[in-house]
Amino acid sequence: MNEMQKQKYSEYVEEVTPKTNLICNMAKAFLTGGIICVIGQGILNFCLARGMDKNMAGSWCSMLLVLLSVILTGFNLFSKIVDFGGAGALVPITGFANSVAAPAVEYKTEGQVFGIGCKIFTIAGPVILYGIVTSWVVGLIYWIGKVLGVF
Amino acid sequence: MEKNIEQKGRQSLAFHTPPYIMASASVVGKKEGEGPLGNLFDMVGEDPMFGCESWEDAEGTLQKEALTLAIGKSEIEKWQIRYIFAGDLLGQEMASSFGLADMQIPLFGVYGACSTAGESISLASLSVASGAADYVMAVTSSHFASAEKQFRFPLAYGNQRPPSSTWTVTGSGAFVIGKDKGIAKVKGITTGKIVDYGIKDSMNMGACMAPAACDTIYNHFMDFECDEKEYDQIITGDLGEVGYEILIELMKDKGYDISKKLLDCGMMIFDKETQGTNAGGSGCGCSATVLSALILKNIKEGKWKKVLFVPTGALLSPVSHNEGLSVPSIAHGVVLEG
Repeated sequence: MNEMQKQKYSEYVEEVTPKTNLICNMAKAFLTGGIICVIGQGILNFCLARGMDKNMAGSWCSMLLVLLSVILTGFNLFSKIVDFGGAGALVPITGFANSVAAPAVEYKTEGQVFGIGCKIFTIAGPVILYGIVTSWVVGLIYWIGKVLGVF
Repeated sequence: MEKNIEQKGRQSLAFHTPPYIMASASVVGKKEGEGPLGNLFDMVGEDPMFGCESWEDAEGTLQKEALTLAIGKSEIEKWQIRYIFAGDLLGQEMASSFGLADMQIPLFGVYGACSTAGESISLASLSVASGAADYVMAVTSSHFASAEKQFRFPLAYGNQRPPSSTWTVTGSGAFVIGKDKGIAKVKGITTGKIVDYGIKDSMNMGACMAPAACDTIYNHFMDFECDEKEYDQIITGDLGEVGYEILIELMKDKGYDISKKLLDCGMMIFDKETQGTNAGGSGCGCSATVLSALILKNIKEGKWKKVLFVPTGALLSPVSHNEGLSVPSIAHGVVLEG
């Protein structure tokens, strides 16, 4: 089979494969992400009202959302929320928590070291690695800029 | 004396004194039990772990249960079985190795991804037809959770499945194949070639596998000098809705209209509207359990006289997927007659 035939077949497959409804998916993601953000805002307001400063209230907000996501992951409910809301549930900090907690649950049978230890970051690993690399690069640019007097 | 096994064309064999599928059994999970074929399976396990500590163990238990049930339904004893041909989807065939260890029967481990049911039944029939064995078994399994872990993500990780994706069947089918009369004759086999049309989307396995199914069915027609009229049904393994449509088109291009004869195990095992399984079921357990529960039942009851059973397999691995390679596929044809 040559490249042209493969290309033709690929185009045909594209044509007959059903697509998801983008508008509908976006609406669901908006709703799900919106609800998570409202919960976060609720926690933030509650903490501020209790006299915490903004930083402390923000930390509590993140921690509680992470906790909520981890508990839901443990009960295998978070994946059902994502099935409905997609990126709406994955983009907030809840998605990151899920991506760490899910491997921890799954690889428990392979032991504390080679199971959970080695595989807990199989999904979140790239986010952590490239997150740190990117912040390092940005930091370097900022430093050079500062030395040159740009910033 | 005429030889029992006749070479047909390039890819096929015909058995003149055909081996029989003497007995079969199917064991499935809860979701499959709730599907349209739910009441046809021999055993439905409510616990996805099947009383085990890990998904891999659970799948091994599925195989063991199916094998034990099938022997129980046949008229032969365990010690009479000369070989087992077994396979699953896990790395190093974990389910077969660990699940069948206690059986103490000589074993051939086979891998053909989701086409393994066809491959194992082909080899089992061949060994009986050649006189190498009187009674053998073919066993295959898949488990939704162990397959997700092997090929995709941990179960509790949230992600969305596109409409073309399939749902791995939790189930195992076991078949006792031998020289004594039974449910269905295995009249011949057409062994598939690896076919690759360059599709890289592992969430659209129907599109990857349809060309392989087409190749095997077409070559089967050539080798046996027949066409779709020869069969009451042509039943593919797990093409799902997308692959099903593509296969009909591909066969049309070759001059055969199989649309009225074609069924797909993956499309029959789940109800996509209520079970959220998108294009259909998949996995080695899909075609094996449907063969045992539905196809052999219909042959036994005389509803279907002659069936071409074509399990399809997508031969991808997590490594090949990450390396950006396409998904090569294979399909094995088995001719079943009442």
